[in-house]
Amino acid sequence: MTSISEDSDKEKVRSVSVDLNNDASLVIDIPDALCERDKVKFTVHTKTTLSSFQKPEFSVPRQHEEFIWLHDTIVETEEYAGLIIPPAPPKPDFEGPREKMHKLGEGESSMTKEEYAKMKQELEAEYLAVFKKTVQVHEVFLQRLSSHPIFRKDRNFQIFLEYDQDLSVRRKNAKEMFGGFFKNMVKSADEVLISGVKEVDEFFEQEKTFLLDYSSKIKDASAKAEKMTRSHKNVADDYNHISGALNSTAADNNTAFKKTISVCVLQKLEDRVASDQELKLTELLRYYTRDIQAAKDLLYRRARALADNENSNKALDKARLKGKDIAQAEENQKQCLQKFDKLSESGKKELTSFKARRVVAFRKNLIEMTELEIKHAKNSVSLLQGSIEILNSN
Amino acid sequence: MAASSERSPPPFPDSEEPELLEDSDEEADAFTGTSISEMDSPSPDSTRPPKDIFNEPPEDIFSDPLSNINSEPQKKVDAKIPSPSSDEAVDLFSDPLDDDSEVMSSPEVQNPMPDLLNEPVEAPKSDVLGEPPVHRNAARHQDVFEDPPKSSSKSSSVKKAASAEMFGDDDDEEDLFKEPPKVVTKKPQPSGPPVDVFTEVKSDVKVKPQVKDDPTDLFAEEALTAPAPKPSSGSSSSRTNGVHSEEQDLFSEATVELSLDSPCNDRKNKEAVKPSVSAPAAPVASSSSKAPSKSLEELEEEESEDKFDLNISITNPEKVGDGMNAYMAYKVSTQTSLTMFRSKTFTVRRRFSDFLGLFEKLSEKHSQNGYLIPPPPEKSILGMTKVKVGKEDPSSAEFVERRRAALERYLQRVVSHPSLLQDPDVREFLEKEELPRAVSTQALSGAGFLKMLNKATDAVSKMTIKMNEQDVWFDEKIQDVENEEQHLRKLHVMVESLVNHRKELSGNTAVFAKSVAMLGSSEDNTALSRALSQLAEVEDRIEQLHQEQASNDFFTFSELLADYIRLLGAVRGCFDQRMKAWQRWQDAENMLQKKREAEAKLLWANKPDKLQQAKDEITEWEAKVTQYEREFERISATVRKEVIRFDKEKARDFNRQVIKYLESLLHSQQQLIKYWDAFLPEAKAIV
Repeated sequence: MTSISEDSDKEKVRSVSVDLNNDASLVIDIPDALCERDKVKFTVHTKTTLSSFQKPEFSVPRQHEEFIWLHDTIVETEEYAGLIIPPAPPKPDFEGPREKMHKLGEGESSMTKEEYAKMKQELEAEYLAVFKKTVQVHEVFLQRLSSHPIFRKDRNFQIFLEYDQDLSVRRKNAKEMFGGFFKNMVKSADEVLISGVKEVDEFFEQEKTFLLDYSSKIKDASAKAEKMTRSHKNVADDYNHISGALNSTAADNNTAFKKTISVCVLQKLEDRVASDQELKLTELLRYYTRDIQAAKDLLYRRARALADNENSNKALDKARLKGKDIAQAEENQKQCLQKFDKLSESGKKELTSFKARRVVAFRKNLIEMTELEIKHAKNSVSLLQGSIEILNSN
Repeated sequence: MAASSERSPPPFPDSEEPELLEDSDEEADAFTGTSISEMDSPSPDSTRPPKDIFNEPPEDIFSDPLSNINSEPQKKVDAKIPSPSSDEAVDLFSDPLDDDSEVMSSPEVQNPMPDLLNEPVEAPKSDVLGEPPVHRNAARHQDVFEDPPKSSSKSSSVKKAASAEMFGDDDDEEDLFKEPPKVVTKKPQPSGPPVDVFTEVKSDVKVKPQVKDDPTDLFAEEALTAPAPKPSSGSSSSRTNGVHSEEQDLFSEATVELSLDSPCNDRKNKEAVKPSVSAPAAPVASSSSKAPSKSLEELEEEESEDKFDLNISITNPEKVGDGMNAYMAYKVSTQTSLTMFRSKTFTVRRRFSDFLGLFEKLSEKHSQNGYLIPPPPEKSILGMTKVKVGKEDPSSAEFVERRRAALERYLQRVVSHPSLLQDPDVREFLEKEELPRAVSTQALSGAGFLKMLNKATDAVSKMTIKMNEQDVWFDEKIQDVENEEQHLRKLHVMVESLVNHRKELSGNTAVFAKSVAMLGSSEDNTALSRALSQLAEVEDRIEQLHQEQASNDFFTFSELLADYIRLLGAVRGCFDQRMKAWQRWQDAENMLQKKREAEAKLLWANKPDKLQQAKDEITEWEAKVTQYEREFERISATVRKEVIRFDKEKARDFNRQVIKYLESLLHSQQQLIKYWDAFLPEAKAIV
């Protein structure tokens, strides 16, 4: 059972991936989260001046499943088809650290006390990091909804924020899971099918190719970055082990093993470099992978509408040819066209703002990452210089 | 004095005494009590305070027999004489001061003294040094024995004076010094021997006081001139420690000698032969033991500043030949101002097996003396085959470079060893244009197989030899070396994994850089696209950096550890050599014991015809024991010196290498700063 309370320095680590306009009329944060076995309860705290809410300030406990429900309902709402729906937060995954913790418990007898304490400390730190990240992605999801002029007015969203009872959403059962899977299949098949439909708007044509390209690239980059950070972590772990081994060697041996200290600290630095890199770069890329997926979904919906439009056009032509059901077909075609136009319009707006948002987020994160890298490197430099001096004076 | 040495090894005789008891029939009754008390008391605790040894064992050994013998005094037959004599001595031990024997003894002692001294006068030194205990003394304590001439010249006068002094003021020595005179005084009474025997006994005994004199002299001298001969506090403590253990050995040895020699009391001929046999060996022993002692001390002092003006570098690895017969030849360049070489700079080409051959030759010659021969890098069939096949892939290039560096370090270690540098083979290796091909180094050849067999038998014998370590320094050192090797092994594994992980990181960084570059190319915001491609470039450089660092990890850190793991193995080899020497000595000692018993039996059975042969054999084995013991002492001293040298070298090496390693880390971090600093404005330029 772990609980974290966010304090002032949370501001620094938060909202790394998205740039949100700070609108004071609806401020949402997750100040606290509680982990009970495999369930994580987030405390969602809202501060608002909007009249649609009953109170200006309130907080409710929410689980991950409720976030997913919120996302799903938004996705299913027809009117939002032309909007980029913020990607749902990924499921909290504490398996990694937990498993390691378990292993550590098993291997307790085989290592020395110091080693054990050190490992445990590390694992706890790792666990906490994962935990924080989880809280953060959930928070970001809500913040993006709240900062969006349309989503913030969504009824379900408001219920989600306000209703202080359990929303009693259940997990998807197997059938629904399968259904969702099937839907995805249909969707991707559909995507292929409608890709043949001729694009009428050049902007969307361009955007589509760009997004497709970009999405694959960023997916790749994100995977690679993840790999890189992982190997960086491995290196940091190695430093850790080496410093441990050096310590024990030095304990047995009082000769010239002064380096112990330096390498020991070096490991911590390396560790921090790795985790910062992970936080800044990998998270950025990962988030945008999902975001771009959301944008792609928008495009898909638009393309779907376009295809529908065209189909209805054809149907109208056919009806006219045959001379029956013309009115119905006309109605249908009109609707489709309307829907498509609306979608295109809002989609255009959304995509443009998405682009701007992306650029800003990249900029911010890149700068932060660079600064951190420099900071860490400088720290290591001074540390190394110090230890070299110590060794030289020996 | 003696009390100040806290850790002193168990008494020496306990390993032999029981055996003696088991085998000897006649003396069994006299010693049964001893055997039991002996068996259980000394062996278990290795760090017994010297007091025990000084006070208890004599009592243990002798007081029991004493009562035994007193109860059956009639049994004092010829054959029995030995034990009474020693028993009586101990009788006095137990109540040394209350009877007037002391007063009695001194005149008596003085009487035989002339006799005694007349005899050995021809070779006073040989007398002093000729007796086995003295050999040991000299050999073991070379440095302490800086002034043996002094003590031996003093011997006659000092002996009286010193012994008197000793009686007066040194409590611990008291027993020691009381013992011999008493032996002298008492001996005549039970055996009522002819003059011959008397002097004989005396000479035998007399030698011992003298032996004891030396340590006391030493003590006095050490106390007086303490700062002068001691270069450092560390060595001084070890030295005094050595003195104590030494003295103890002496003492126990002396008591053993007593009991061992006593059977011989009535065999004058044999005793008469003995000095003459050991006499010729003595000068050799003294000189040989003294010379190393000097050099040992000097070496220890000089070690810190010994800078050999000898630079060896190995360059230009070059493949010679084709196919499976191909080999790598390395250019060995030497630069020196040492006069033992013909010129100041010279270069030879050597192949890997030549290096191995050098090692073989050196270890053949020197390892049994306890020298630490730096081990060459291992043969690697896989790596070499790759090279032979001739693929120009990076792994084989890395292999060659790794081997080149390892060989260079190996040679440098060899020549930095003062004794190995003097070896003609080393010189030949460095200078001679053509070397005969080393054949026995092939891993898969018949010789290799033999070597493996030897190693296996060595391992088996190592397991079977159970040496009870009487030198605390060695005991601790062996433990230390083993621990250290374990630690280094662990560390090495970790550093290896660091190297691998860093390589992986470098690879992943490269892939990421590519991927970012792609991302940048498809980014439609110009500034961001630019920034991303810049980032890709930065990551590319970082990848290079990681790669360099990985090779630094490997060459400066991992290889250092690998070297020292090998070297520690060699150190253990030295310890093994020492153990073997010890075993040899013990075997000889046992053999001698058996011979003596056989002789006693012959005496008992009254077979004079075979007696002479038995005596000859005893003499022969005594000489052997002496020789082996000396060898053991020598090897102990050498190993000790070598290990101290190794430790120093190791500390220096580690310090140097770690600084180098940290500097490489520093360098890469600085580069990192540079790269990221350059990138920062790009990131900021994104609009």
